[in-house]
Amino acid sequence: MRRLGLSLHHDTSPSFAALACNQRPPPNGTVHACSKSRPPQLEPGKVGKKPIKKTMRIARIPTSIPPHLRLPLDLSAVSPMGSASEHDVREHLLDVDGVGEEGAAAAAGPKIRVRGLTRRSEARGEEILRGVDLDVPRGVVVGVIGPSGSGKSTLLRALNRLWEPAPGAVLLDGVDICGIDVLALRRKVGMLFQLPAMFDGTVADNVRYGPQLQGKKLTDAEVQSLLSLADLDPALCSKPASELSVGQAQRVALARTLANDPEVLLLDEPTSALDPISTQNIEEAIVRLKKTRGLTTVMVSHSVKQIQRIADLVCLLVAGEVVEVLPPSELSEAKHPMARRFLELS
Amino acid sequence: MMASMAALLQRLLVVVNQVDPGAPGFWREFLVGMLKPVAATAVVAMAVALSFTQRLGLEGEMLYAMARAFLQLSVIGFVLQFIFTQKSAAWILLAYLFMVTVAGYTAGQRARHVPRGKHIAAVSILAGTSVTMALLVALRVFPFTPRYIIPVAGMMVGNAMTVTGVTMKKLREDVGMQRGVVETALALGATPRQATARQVRRSLVIALSPVIDNAKTVGLIALPGAMTGLIMGGASPLEAIQLQIVVMNMLMGASTVSSILSTYLCWPAFFTGAFQLNDAVFAAD
Repeated sequence: MRRLGLSLHHDTSPSFAALACNQRPPPNGTVHACSKSRPPQLEPGKVGKKPIKKTMRIARIPTSIPPHLRLPLDLSAVSPMGSASEHDVREHLLDVDGVGEEGAAAAAGPKIRVRGLTRRSEARGEEILRGVDLDVPRGVVVGVIGPSGSGKSTLLRALNRLWEPAPGAVLLDGVDICGIDVLALRRKVGMLFQLPAMFDGTVADNVRYGPQLQGKKLTDAEVQSLLSLADLDPALCSKPASELSVGQAQRVALARTLANDPEVLLLDEPTSALDPISTQNIEEAIVRLKKTRGLTTVMVSHSVKQIQRIADLVCLLVAGEVVEVLPPSELSEAKHPMARRFLELS
Repeated sequence: MMASMAALLQRLLVVVNQVDPGAPGFWREFLVGMLKPVAATAVVAMAVALSFTQRLGLEGEMLYAMARAFLQLSVIGFVLQFIFTQKSAAWILLAYLFMVTVAGYTAGQRARHVPRGKHIAAVSILAGTSVTMALLVALRVFPFTPRYIIPVAGMMVGNAMTVTGVTMKKLREDVGMQRGVVETALALGATPRQATARQVRRSLVIALSPVIDNAKTVGLIALPGAMTGLIMGGASPLEAIQLQIVVMNMLMGASTVSSILSTYLCWPAFFTGAFQLNDAVFAAD
């Protein structure tokens, strides 16, 4: 999984590098520093990757960059590609392993692919999301983090179509979610909200809600099994849902979502209303589900420490744009100025 | 029942035969007759004075409402007089549709944040009242004549209007306030109907409660308007209660059908085609 994460990191870097250089002031000293940061031993690789470099230049270089700055930019672009090349090889090897286990179609590509996702506020016409690109590998926990108002929850709600993304903007297993039956999609992509909302009846009634929509009836044993999965005492199943604490309710909500046997779990700050102990319970349940069920998880959080605890991959969202995707261990190395500011203040 | 109805009809016909707009002295007699309503405005004057002294600020509204009632009732008196003398059933339908249109507009005004609320209300009221009326005519509880159908239809439409307006308004409010619950259900794979089952039930209970309570207390607290009119018109109280029981039954039937139908027609307005809450609807107020 680390390799996949690293691969994504480097896929993103060229764009980031271009943005970074674009934002730097003209002084030659700074430009020189940027160039200087690249290790000299990578230069021999440049020759072999020349065709790719041309593509990168066409795709990435903003026309506003003065001609005399292009040479350093080329150097910046080459280094990540060099690294990416190495990881592409490893990723290829990983795919070979994947084919044996899951089948070619399922193994190829990410679980969720987001491309150019945009969202404009209906009330004021302001842009909430501006061309978000993100790949969510299967079987990992992706943490989405960023300042308030950066569009984290909006991004999450696009993945199960609680609002309608543009056709082709979001793919699940390579298929456009706008072309999938919306009810089937929502059963595959389960969601946990910030505040748990309980339906009338007992805990068991709540857990049975999803399957019941399809005419299925869960047995008591199945209900208790789901409660255990969510780190709850199975004896709770006959308790009225209105008597639960918020921490218990959130875990019942988790069990209720799991009752649909989802392939993906979306978590929208699921612990912000909880105390530290309840928070730990939820986090442990999420990590255990990843390990035992191979569940793909996308989690929005305002807490850097929480993301570092349970995420395999971190997506930094600032002002409606993904500015970086990196492993949690490299969070301190984030380069985007707003991202750095956010992390320093966290 | 039919014998009693026939007796009532004959008694009323005697009164009607004496009225003829074209007869000499009609207008003088009509205007003299209007002195009573004018005199009754003294109680309105009292209400206006009280509003003024208590600084309620309702004087203008009271005067406007009174003037409007005066005008509307005067006009409707002549309109009904005209319709009752017609043989064609088309006039019944025309009067009925006019009432439904006004009722739909008024109920839609109450639930003004519901998209196409006036249309939804009008269709619901039309369906509820027409089903109920058709059933009663088919069972020969009422003959299909203007004198019976129009006043009874008016009562039904008016009552269905109130119930439907409250249902739609309450449903929108509840879905908006309990958005978290609704979206939680949607996220679990519920259809809009499934996701709002609880809010629908609650809206219907609230809207229909006055009708049900009214049926429980009729005769104990108040004698309804229809019954009062019949008694003052010379009908025997025993005959009047027969009609009133029919009226109460009809009100409940028509109101229930209208309000339930309105909830079905509301959810396409509240949700998008991909089963998402329509933000434009719930962003208001």
